[in-house]
Amino acid sequence: MTPSASVLLLTTLTGFGYGLLAWLGVFGAARGLPQQPWFGPLAIGFALAFASAGLLASTLHLGRPERAWRAFSQWRSSWLSREGVAAVLTYLPALAFAAFWWFDGPGAGTTLVAGLAAGAMGMITVACTAMIYASLKPVRHWNNAHTLPDYLLFALYSGALLLMLALALGGGDLKGAALLAAVLGLLGLVAKLAYWRHVDHAAPLATLGSAIGIRGATARPLDKPHFTQNYILREMGFQVARKHATRLRKIVIVCAFLAPTLLALAAAFGLWPAAMAFVAVILAACGLLAERWLFFAQAVHVAALYYGHEV
Amino acid sequence: MTSLPQPAPGATKLGLVIDLDTCVGCHACAVSCKEWNHGGASGPLPDYDSRGANPDGLWFNRIHSYETEGGACGSRTVNFPRSCLHCEEPQCVTVCPTGASYKRAEDGIVLVNPDICIGCKLCSWACPYGAREFDEDESIMKKCTLCVDRIYNETLPEAEREPACVASCPSRARHFGDLGDPNSAVSLLVLARGGVELMPELGYKPTNRYLPPRKAVVPTGPVEKPLRAGTGFSASLLSLVDRVLSR
Repeated sequence: MTPSASVLLLTTLTGFGYGLLAWLGVFGAARGLPQQPWFGPLAIGFALAFASAGLLASTLHLGRPERAWRAFSQWRSSWLSREGVAAVLTYLPALAFAAFWWFDGPGAGTTLVAGLAAGAMGMITVACTAMIYASLKPVRHWNNAHTLPDYLLFALYSGALLLMLALALGGGDLKGAALLAAVLGLLGLVAKLAYWRHVDHAAPLATLGSAIGIRGATARPLDKPHFTQNYILREMGFQVARKHATRLRKIVIVCAFLAPTLLALAAAFGLWPAAMAFVAVILAACGLLAERWLFFAQAVHVAALYYGHEV
Repeated sequence: MTSLPQPAPGATKLGLVIDLDTCVGCHACAVSCKEWNHGGASGPLPDYDSRGANPDGLWFNRIHSYETEGGACGSRTVNFPRSCLHCEEPQCVTVCPTGASYKRAEDGIVLVNPDICIGCKLCSWACPYGAREFDEDESIMKKCTLCVDRIYNETLPEAEREPACVASCPSRARHFGDLGDPNSAVSLLVLARGGVELMPELGYKPTNRYLPPRKAVVPTGPVEKPLRAGTGFSASLLSLVDRVLSR
């Protein structure tokens, strides 16, 4: 599948934003955040800025963005519609969280409830995003048991890194958040390796014989319907050279998971925590963008069978 | 509404039956489809760089050719027209966030409402058959309408109320009818020829059926043996000439 920048930004940035929102809710409830009145609203704004940037980027993917409001209507059947509804609904508890923190105080019951609700709604939005891909039957690289937990895990991991940075900048104690980020980073690495192992070994969805209705025969393309590109090949026939993919996977392992984990550990033990947190977030953002690029670029659509691609 | 209509027993399911045995791969269906739909309800079907080095454009019908080996039909060339199969479980419809994609309850045709499509392209990702194509000019998705503006068109003579691809097929490899009615001509044809669904393992329950190619049997007469017209040199020479010419 062709990796378009808008969708890469959507899935990565909302992961950072909603992940941070989730941890702000949990750490707020556990009294693990600085108790100054400005910290809550600023950190929540930081989280919403990431998520909103992602959501805005996703509208660039639309052919007719001026009609985007229509996408809220089919939540009964469409995960894309559910994602839109959940994303908008998340703003309500998130803004309430910020308001209660400011007016009622960080320790108030209302703040606690709004924080947990905002975190939960954010993760529900991430889950809807994941399900858009996980529910697509023609793409076996997405339609499997890894996609949903991986999206949630990567969101929680990137959110924990952002929380570490927010605590470093806000003068809070970041040891808990840094250790959490390190643990989630290692879990994320294991999940990604397991995903690659799965997609590299799973059986193809269909054969060309089955795709053209001739059972028990092997088929190979003789003449294509057209000699140049078309929409199907451009959108669904994207191919990435194996040597580039192998190199990118190494970059993902180091940049998205191992390096930020080590930096988080360094920050946890008091080694230039703010600088470590900042570099960890930048590296993880680049690494996770590469991870998401591969998630799209290496996903093969079964319709590419008709053009002789291996699925 | 992108939720699917409740399937009723005996409901009309309009669709195509495509005979892979007699399809000659001439692309007439694709061209007449393009011609009709360019000016029809889904038109225009734009072309990009049509006279340049990399022509590209929107087609609802794409004709592939394959070489097959093994299987019931033996080794042969198979021409394969690919278009929307108007599935009973079309995920292209249920993923649509706006309700632009819908499946009609009355005849099972899958359509796109061009006025509310936001061009998110998710429906094309959800189609395993690659049937939907994106109009880069209007920035909306388009697809085969089963010539809904022909088959119910009372301004056309009754005999012409069939999809353009069916009307134009010179080898009568395309048939149109109600596959929900077990006694319709198309259903009987599917039964007689063992018509199949494409990629049934994906669970989309396509309405269209493809008739597999039959094993070609080429009749061959008895092989003539060269006659020997006697003995001696001239007879041997004649026999040699006869053998050479008989090759």
